[in-house]
Amino acid sequence: MRVDATALLRSRLCLVLFRAANVRERLARPSRHLRFAIVAALAFGFLVFGQSAPETSNRHPSPDDMVVSADGRRLYVVCSGTDELVAVDPIVKSIAGRVAVGHVPRGVAIAPDGTRLYVTNSWTDTVTEIDAVALKALRTLPAGFEPTGIAADGHGTLYVGNRIGGDISLIDLASGQDAKRLPAGRGASYVAATADGAHVYVTHIYPNPAKWRTEPESEITEVDTGRQAVERRVPLHNVGGVFHVALSRDGRLGIAAQMRPKNLVPLAHVEHGWAMGNSLTVFGDDVGGAVQLPLDQIESYFSLPFGVAIAPDKSKAYFSASGTDEIAIVDLRKLVAAAKSADAASLANDLSASAKYVLARIPVGRNPRTVALSPDGGTLYVSNRLDDTVSVVDTARGVVTGTISLGGPATLTAERRGERLFYSSKYAWGGQFGCANCHLDSTFDGLQWDLEPDGFGIDIVDNRQLEEIGGTAPYKWNGGNPDLPTECGPRTERYFFRSQGIRGDDLQDLAQYVTSIPLRPNRYRSPDGELTPAQERGKAIFERTAKKDGTPIPEMNQCFVCHSGPYYTNLQLQDVGTGKPTDRSPKIDVPQLTNVAYSAPYLHDGSARTLEEIWTVFNPNDTHGVSNDLTKDELNDLIEYIKTL
Amino acid sequence: MRHAILIGALLAASGLVAQDMPRYRWENFTTAQGLPDNRVYSVCVDGDRVWAGTDNGLALYEKGRWKVFTPADGLAHRAVLYVALDKRTHDLWIATMGGLSRYSAGRFDTFTQLNSGLANDVVYGVAVQGDFVWAATAAGGSRLNTRTGEWSLYNERNTPMYEIWTYNVTAAPDKVYYAVWGGGVLEYDVKTDHWKDYNDPDGETEIVLHKDEGLIHEITTSVSYVNQILWVATYFGASRYDGRNWRNFLDKDSGLPSNFLNQVKTIDGTKTWFSTDKGLAYFDGENWATYRPALDTHAPEMLVRDAAGKVTRVAVDTAPAYHYTFGVDFQGDDLWVATAKGVSHGIRIKTGDSK
Repeated sequence: MRVDATALLRSRLCLVLFRAANVRERLARPSRHLRFAIVAALAFGFLVFGQSAPETSNRHPSPDDMVVSADGRRLYVVCSGTDELVAVDPIVKSIAGRVAVGHVPRGVAIAPDGTRLYVTNSWTDTVTEIDAVALKALRTLPAGFEPTGIAADGHGTLYVGNRIGGDISLIDLASGQDAKRLPAGRGASYVAATADGAHVYVTHIYPNPAKWRTEPESEITEVDTGRQAVERRVPLHNVGGVFHVALSRDGRLGIAAQMRPKNLVPLAHVEHGWAMGNSLTVFGDDVGGAVQLPLDQIESYFSLPFGVAIAPDKSKAYFSASGTDEIAIVDLRKLVAAAKSADAASLANDLSASAKYVLARIPVGRNPRTVALSPDGGTLYVSNRLDDTVSVVDTARGVVTGTISLGGPATLTAERRGERLFYSSKYAWGGQFGCANCHLDSTFDGLQWDLEPDGFGIDIVDNRQLEEIGGTAPYKWNGGNPDLPTECGPRTERYFFRSQGIRGDDLQDLAQYVTSIPLRPNRYRSPDGELTPAQERGKAIFERTAKKDGTPIPEMNQCFVCHSGPYYTNLQLQDVGTGKPTDRSPKIDVPQLTNVAYSAPYLHDGSARTLEEIWTVFNPNDTHGVSNDLTKDELNDLIEYIKTL
Repeated sequence: MRHAILIGALLAASGLVAQDMPRYRWENFTTAQGLPDNRVYSVCVDGDRVWAGTDNGLALYEKGRWKVFTPADGLAHRAVLYVALDKRTHDLWIATMGGLSRYSAGRFDTFTQLNSGLANDVVYGVAVQGDFVWAATAAGGSRLNTRTGEWSLYNERNTPMYEIWTYNVTAAPDKVYYAVWGGGVLEYDVKTDHWKDYNDPDGETEIVLHKDEGLIHEITTSVSYVNQILWVATYFGASRYDGRNWRNFLDKDSGLPSNFLNQVKTIDGTKTWFSTDKGLAYFDGENWATYRPALDTHAPEMLVRDAAGKVTRVAVDTAPAYHYTFGVDFQGDDLWVATAKGVSHGIRIKTGDSK
């Protein structure tokens, strides 16, 4: 933990001098003393902002989640790139302190009494408890697999959405234990509590498991904190990718930002708005149910809606679009009216509907994520993750009044430039989507897509994860692209964006970024690398060369021959009998297996919902490895080993 | 004269026993009241709500109405054999003929032998032990770690289980017991991670040669473990084990209405309920009571057998829906009973109540 006391002092002095300077505006004839104060304030302010800008480093802060203190005097920003919580004085727009936390922090919550902050550390599976006044880390609390969003109920329990675990950790603050888990949606991520702490709402970024080639189904998981049990699940039909959720102060209205992917029809309909619907769900007593409404407008999409905040007086709601780098200001009364209208159920795909309630769209920084309101609702803060800044918006006027820098390298690397391209939606037709709309947070979306214009249901492909794929060429399930520039350039331009492609140096930058996406920690492998007995037995099966009866297994049917090398792929095409009549070729790119446990469903078309189904359903003739001589115990052992890769 | 006094005292005592045994006013539910099927295999109480596993779906009794869930809602199979509540999360674990389902606030998640590590799709029993869910299947035991998703299988390869048809499971913080149909009882010690089996010492199917020297029979159907006391139900009587001594119960020398037991469920290790093919029985440690429609007249019947073996008939106005019972669960002082002809709610009649 490091408190920037000098910056704090500078900011306070600056504030005093500016207050003195403001007196000038009320005086027709400023005195010499005041004129001096004005000059001094301006000079000192320049000095302060110049010097109090955060230390530059070779790491980008990449601000993500934020909370505002009850008195509005502090803005706490989670910086996932520098593993810290940054306290910002929003009055003078300078940094008041920093606290080191765990690796890749993603979420922050503040205790109702304002004394404690809680930060989720998504790569270390912990929560850091911080003294909000002293800015000092107090405890490290255990959580589930990849803790992301967090909320405090004010009655001694933290609620944490565990993305990989797909569950909610209930952390008892008295004992410091991850006391119990509640099942949430797949990819449980973002959490919000009602003002009275009676209810907690959790969203999830990957659709729940379902039958193959059916509409994505998601939910908002509502927890009764009194019973500490899931009370109900608000169904979100046709939704995949749900992000922030916010509640009105009276708890009667909730809003979640979400996407409606159109993955069941060929991606030839981008120009008809039929690729990705960027929308919201409004729910609660004020609406009397849950209604989906678009944020997109005709020929002007609000891509990758992420953050949402509701004004204290319920007059407006604010959304961020992480792909189109803007925020939307929504008239909440008109939104609720639309949700309660007779044709509400048909509005989700009606791009003209948003004109009824979207008041304005305002450009902010790159990849805006969280939107957080000051207690009086007069100021909106927007974390611009790929600019390392926070935008300050005057909500009454609807204009950006300032930008707070959180530091970071002065010069952008190719990786960072590429990351900006990856998250930008400006290349697709109408700004409808970008790479990150399907590769959520640079992972995947759990969906199967009908990508190429070859007819309905032809060449269905499962979305693949991107971690450490630099050494796994060729790309695509049919191995058609020899390198990432080919994968990300002409192919993406032709089949995905159907508009402007990413070319030249930009394309190299994008490929550089994709290559740099790191492998997340594997939760199934012991930190010391030692395997459990089940994993050891599974490893022996993975590496066996003969069946249990001694019959040799042909080399190309041994697991570890095709799934070999550092990424468990031999980089070849192979016909393992999993092709479908609708596939143009039975030969499939041998996929890498690193962190394969995270990326269900499986096989090239996502038809195997679990690792088990790869062999129990889709390997009847032992063409995808020899598995039919295995007992159920042995298959379980094999899977336990594969999960460690 | 002294004999007359003694007989009079015994009769009086017997009457007192009959009065002291719990009495119920029975409300019965069948398809006429909304159950999906009258063949009800299991009941499970969650506060004010009651779940019933039937031959044709899962039913929830809430606010005076039954709501039915079928495979169309995501349930693994229509035949629900057992239901167990996770008291920490209020999620329901459902053992069916086609896999194991979890019901959580409107959502079913189903685990089968094809899509998960579950040993077999025929799941007879399920029990919750903290973050672990134990399943009794036709191919051995399965344990799911709900935090990590890891499945562990227990069968003839890694336990003393010589018969893998596990029929019921009960789990406590220290021990897990499986009733293995034809294979006695299997015990898992949490602390030592060690398995141990208990079998009928005489090995005989039709006769009991060594009463109170071990488990009464190999064909076990149910286990219940509370306060370090294990109860076992078999098709040939019941057994009680306190860690040192076995005590066995047969219809000929106890108040059991039948030796054919579908379920045993103990409250505290002593007070115990038995679901048999000839009525529902209760044992308070000394005395027995049986609740059923009479086997011949079908009229409501309550029989009390005291410690001396005397049987007293207690006048009652109501009885459970049927004498063939599958299981019970407790709702405070009330009972819920699964029978082959519906669900019965036993509303406890307090002392002094007229009914």
